[in-house]
Amino acid sequence: MLDIKRIPIPALIGIVLTTLFVLAAIFAPWIAPHGNGEIIGDVWEPMSSAHWLGTDNLGRDLLSRMIYGARITLFIAVLATALSFSLGAILGFSAAVFGGWYDTLLSRLVDLLMSIPTLIMGLVVLSVLPTNLITLILVMGILDSTRVYRLSRAVAVDINVMDYVEAAKLRGEGSGWIIFREILPNALSPLVSELGLRFIYAVLFLSTLSFLGLGVQPPDADWGGMVKENKDGIVFGIGAALIPAAAIAMLAISVNLVADWVLNRTTSLKGGRG
Amino acid sequence: MSSPILKLIAQRIALGIVLLLAVSVLIFAGTQILPGDVAQAILGQSATPESLANLREQLGLNDPAYIRYFHWLGGVVTGDLGTAMSSGQDIATSIKGRLWNTLFLAFWAAVVAVPLAIILGLIAVRYRNGWVDKLISGLALASTSFPEFFIGYVLVYFFAVKWQIFPGISTVYEGMPFGERMQAIALPATALTLVVLAHMMRMTRAAILNVMQSAYVETAELKGLSAFNVIRKHAFPNAIAPIINVVMLNLAYLIVGVVVVEVIFVYPGMGQYLVDHVTKRDVPVVQAVGLVFAAVYISLNIIADIGAIVANPRLRHPK
Amino acid sequence: MADTKAKPGQPKQGLLLDIRNLRIEATVYPPGETPKNIVLVHDVSLTLEKGKVLGLIGESGAGKSTIGLSSMGYGRGGVRITGGEVILNGRDILKGGKEGFRKLRGREVCYVAQSAAAAFNPAHRLMDQVVEATLLHGTATRAEAEKRAVALFKKLSLPNPETIGERFPHQVSGGQLQRVMTAMALCSEPDLIVFDEPTTALDVTTQIDVLAAIKDAIRDTHVAALYITHDLAVVAQVSDEIMVLRHGRLVEWGGTRQIIKEPRQEYTNALVSVHEIEHLEQKPGATPFLSVKNVTAAYGGSHIKVLKNVSVDIYPGQTLAVVGESGSGKSTLARAITGLLPPEEGTVTFDGRPLANRLADRPKEDLRQLQMIYQMADVAMNPRQTVGTIIGRPLEFYFGMRGRERDKRVAELLDEIEMGKGFLDRYPAELSGGQKQRVCIARSLAAKPKLIICDEVTSALDPLVANGILKLLLNLQQHEKVAYLFITHDLATVKSIADSIAVMYRGEVVRYGPKSKVLTPPFDAYTDLLLSSVPEMEIGWLEKAIKGRRMASAGN
Repeated sequence: MLDIKRIPIPALIGIVLTTLFVLAAIFAPWIAPHGNGEIIGDVWEPMSSAHWLGTDNLGRDLLSRMIYGARITLFIAVLATALSFSLGAILGFSAAVFGGWYDTLLSRLVDLLMSIPTLIMGLVVLSVLPTNLITLILVMGILDSTRVYRLSRAVAVDINVMDYVEAAKLRGEGSGWIIFREILPNALSPLVSELGLRFIYAVLFLSTLSFLGLGVQPPDADWGGMVKENKDGIVFGIGAALIPAAAIAMLAISVNLVADWVLNRTTSLKGGRG
Repeated sequence: MSSPILKLIAQRIALGIVLLLAVSVLIFAGTQILPGDVAQAILGQSATPESLANLREQLGLNDPAYIRYFHWLGGVVTGDLGTAMSSGQDIATSIKGRLWNTLFLAFWAAVVAVPLAIILGLIAVRYRNGWVDKLISGLALASTSFPEFFIGYVLVYFFAVKWQIFPGISTVYEGMPFGERMQAIALPATALTLVVLAHMMRMTRAAILNVMQSAYVETAELKGLSAFNVIRKHAFPNAIAPIINVVMLNLAYLIVGVVVVEVIFVYPGMGQYLVDHVTKRDVPVVQAVGLVFAAVYISLNIIADIGAIVANPRLRHPK
Repeated sequence: MADTKAKPGQPKQGLLLDIRNLRIEATVYPPGETPKNIVLVHDVSLTLEKGKVLGLIGESGAGKSTIGLSSMGYGRGGVRITGGEVILNGRDILKGGKEGFRKLRGREVCYVAQSAAAAFNPAHRLMDQVVEATLLHGTATRAEAEKRAVALFKKLSLPNPETIGERFPHQVSGGQLQRVMTAMALCSEPDLIVFDEPTTALDVTTQIDVLAAIKDAIRDTHVAALYITHDLAVVAQVSDEIMVLRHGRLVEWGGTRQIIKEPRQEYTNALVSVHEIEHLEQKPGATPFLSVKNVTAAYGGSHIKVLKNVSVDIYPGQTLAVVGESGSGKSTLARAITGLLPPEEGTVTFDGRPLANRLADRPKEDLRQLQMIYQMADVAMNPRQTVGTIIGRPLEFYFGMRGRERDKRVAELLDEIEMGKGFLDRYPAELSGGQKQRVCIARSLAAKPKLIICDEVTSALDPLVANGILKLLLNLQQHEKVAYLFITHDLATVKSIADSIAVMYRGEVVRYGPKSKVLTPPFDAYTDLLLSSVPEMEIGWLEKAIKGRRMASAGN
């Protein structure tokens, strides 16, 4: 039912750019002109035909670093989002359907976690945890799952009191049918667009942590880490740090455009077509 | 002011205090979750047994966790935040000046951002679905996608390096004249403003639109009131509560922004202090600063709730 | 069918409002399609003399509110007046521009909305809002305006007329707010008031008081009015003339007596005779199959009992109607029977054995025997399931039917509810209101139950559609021998469908028995009030009803 001509232009731009980023990440070793850690020239060389984006603070090819950086940025963000989403959605749905003390306990715990800004709580925990990829993914995923929990619980609670769910309960349906056949299909569209927003948030959060020196550790670098590596060039008028920063912004905008479109498309339908 | 309102406010404040206590437990627990020995993790694998034992003693690691918590909490309540491991300085003293610096920065960012966001929100509502509204919404979408350091470094790149209008590094010191201080914080305050502006404006727009679509606004139009008076007399009194809420939520968001912005501009505030000591794994400092941030955040939320309670006519004039 | 020239032959002197060939359009934005224009009102003309009342009547989508608001130059939500003239006091107001509209709104024409509770600003005191238009247009000083307002409060029989203006909207009941809104409209002494369904949201015993107050106020102030409603019996009480509209076109326009006694158009006739369903009462059988005995219930351990010692019986193949106003506990009774709200005391017996109190403890067979139909058919069906799935699921669930066998039965059920096989693959959003309710009926029939609980199943529907649903339910009862527990606030519906009736008031059954007995005097005070409050399509009914009442209504 998807007709390319009917996709609005902003969404189309979003889809194309997002796809490009994903392709760059997947095929990094084949696309990148140089190796990730390979020093090929002087420090902070300007853009040239040999090095399209110039070189970085150690004389490595910036374009190659960007492509490898896309890989690590997307990898961590995707895994953290997957974790936060599955954890938050499963707990949120079950809290809405089962209710009682289970719901109260979970909800109060989430309230508590959300009463501290995520970045602050992240920094507190990272001050004692070893800095590696697994810690990073776990911390990001668990802290962010509170948002997903809130949303999916709210959506499920709203649907759970609808007459059609009551009708299913009166018919004698079990909780499996009620969760998967009555609630889930109707909760899908807000959750899908939330998935996009959570992913953007994960990218921004990861970049911030790396920028502060608490995320991905050298010699590996995600885009946030590359901003940190090159930030000292700014005062000399060298814009190398702006390139990875702009890439983060572009990725976030592209995904935002797609998420916006998905949300509009599914909510305006109301019924089941499409 | 009637008593049910006071009761609600008292309840809200009491709830805030309980929440703050729970948060202190959480922050304390957050620094204890590492499997194994904190002292080992802090000093690394090459540490000598003596230095490990020293550090354990210093951190009180030989006591059970709950005793350490109450010891810490007792100190916090009496204003003693402990000493920093890395420098041996008293934390409370170090924080005082920095907290003031951070609040100064956040205050000026808020002074610019709040009225600007409300005015832009009103304009977007006034020209709803017109090109102004679309432009504002588009910019808002873009800027919520920008990382704070992108905004920060773009400002530095142009205003400090290319045009050299403002300093790229915000040095402030005690006894600095007001004018110079304002010039020093010009760029970080602008960056901070841009970070919260879009979000605040979008939420303000939604809050006002919601009020504008209610039946009593139509009633006012059908009495022959001018568009301006409809907004002033009928929409605005009902929009206050949601707008207070929007503003407070976003000021709370400022707290997160301030951490990154302070690092970008090397501004001597709480955020930079926190990040420095996270890198140094200086647990007492991280606990103390984390708690201060959480306290500010929770207080802003309480103020938002109280604002909403006071602005609600149903609560002000009970049946 | 439109007969635009059929104006009642009356003299043209004292003409207040003259709408000529009014055309109103709106732009709709269907998802995924290009926006398109739709015409809401097609060349409608009307005239209204000073001091007269014209009733505009029609089903939803007839364009009656849109026409009413055009007299103030107002289009709700992007609605545009694209043709014709609206001549008020001798000038075409559509030519006056925004400034002109502002001068006439609140001064020459005032508006009374359906829901006064939403139309009053919660942030201001009632008096400030009542006198606002008067002060704005400078027709009186504040003291004069407030004096006038208090006089109007008195005329509209509001309690404490001197002080009620100091209250905030949320401190006053719905029926009173509706009257305050009428006072607000009258306060600036306009020439015309547009009443937009002013009593529709009220309980029936409150409606009659508000209606009487509005009628008196119109008579005493000599204001002209456009009275918009979907209820012909209501409009017959207050109007001099009635205009019947359908799909934005004029159907018939005439004096009130002519419209209700000698309608000329078929559609008007259908509206007039909508309540005339003949249903002969069946005598109760020997033994009821379902008995509710001394049931008491409360929500969530609260002390307020929403059901107090309720006992009723239902006989096979018969209909028990439960009537009452909002808050009477009639829907709670349904929840207690279905097990959604386990009773605190009392029992429900089915086929001679007690039913488990809690839904979760009931065997599948018991669940199958009790089915339910809801008021809002839109939310009673999963929007992501097709009609085929919705009706097919009970067949699978209770009888294990699969594949062709199930499809065949679904098709039969679709035939029974007078819808064809073509609807099988439709989603609920693609059905009309009446069709949705029919699918819900088919879903409950699919379980082959002994009892269907119908909770206000016709109250969200237009009268003619509701009529069709009632007829369908009666037909199905004859074929399938199913019993109904019919919950409603509408006594006209009760008369059409019930065999026995239980009247509920504040959680108790105040009157119970066969229909003929319940509806025959002597009545208890509440039943008398309820029965006498149901508008009848008869001129002069209102005055008679008000005079004959013995008990004041609760919503006052």
